[in-house]
Amino acid sequence: MTPSYYLLLSALLFTIGAVGVLVRRNAIVVFMCIELMLNAVNLTLVTFARINGSLDGQVMAFFVMVVAAAEVVVGLAIIMSIFRTRRTASVDDANLLKY
Amino acid sequence: MSAMLLAAQDAVNTASQVSLGEQVTFWVLGPLALAGGLGMVFARNAVHSALFLVLTMLSLGALYMVQQAPFLGFVQIIVYTGAIMMLFLFVLMLVGRDSSDSVVEVLRGQRLWAGALGVGLAVLVVAAVARSLTSVRPVGLAGDEANGGKGNVYNIGHEIFTDYLFPFELTSALLITAAIGAMILGYTDRHQKGRKTQKELVEARFRGEHDRPSPLPGPGVFATSNSVATPALLPDGSVAPESLSRLIEATASEKLDEERKAVAGLLPGPDSRSLAPGKEETE
Repeated sequence: MTPSYYLLLSALLFTIGAVGVLVRRNAIVVFMCIELMLNAVNLTLVTFARINGSLDGQVMAFFVMVVAAAEVVVGLAIIMSIFRTRRTASVDDANLLKY
Repeated sequence: MSAMLLAAQDAVNTASQVSLGEQVTFWVLGPLALAGGLGMVFARNAVHSALFLVLTMLSLGALYMVQQAPFLGFVQIIVYTGAIMMLFLFVLMLVGRDSSDSVVEVLRGQRLWAGALGVGLAVLVVAAVARSLTSVRPVGLAGDEANGGKGNVYNIGHEIFTDYLFPFELTSALLITAAIGAMILGYTDRHQKGRKTQKELVEARFRGEHDRPSPLPGPGVFATSNSVATPALLPDGSVAPESLSRLIEATASEKLDEERKAVAGLLPGPDSRSLAPGKEETE
């Protein structure tokens, strides 16, 4: 076993997250799928930091976590305000820009 | 010479070998993470999705720790699982747990196509990684100065505050912006329907839309006491019952009934024919 198994695992997790974004309708679940994709990328960064023997990947993963936290805060606030006006959290119902 | 080279090669191999404990951890936690991801996508209930994602994130945190990144592992568990996922659960509870997905497909065949694309992406990425990284010799962080000596946390701190100082400062600006944005987006004006003006309120009061035209009397303020428990007195000296709060037990309004009746003259006065004043008569 080599550390590239971690890369395979993170590739599979990323794929699951991408499929979830395409399949699910609930905006919050779509958001959680995006979080899963970010986590998969973090695993890749940590694994490459280990393979290359430098800490840069870990610092990058740290920054990804910070950006993900900010994104979650703003995104959930947006979902809340959409829910407040339209009484739904489904991405199909937010279609005012469609017509 | 060649023997020395072989020995060096062996040393590199043993350094790059993955230990048995790490293999066991990977083969336990990797499938758990995958199962969590699949469960998140396929769970009907959004709360179940969130809990499956928590499982995945915990597994990934443990995998970070195994991969010589203990700081990131703890940050993953504390910040991601502890803070972000709990925020998700809060919003789920606010939005309503029963807002699950509709089964109706708006675009025909969307799920089928999404599944096919997902399988294709998985095959592509996995094949690419597996073919390009067949013989990886991981340098590892434990041996050299990158992680050895002073430890992972010290070295990450050193990296952040020297090489990555400017991006680190930028993240502080990003976090402040996110906090302000969340406050603006989450703000609701409670008086959006418009408050009544004072004039409208007075007219409504005198039209009889409220219980009484004037506000309730305040508590009594006297030389000896001025607490809310002190009843106010009406002009005839009787107690104003509305000045007492129901919540304050010190002067229950029932206790003052006697006095109120006395002031109103409803009680029989002292007997004028008795010789001694007071209550001796009753004995």
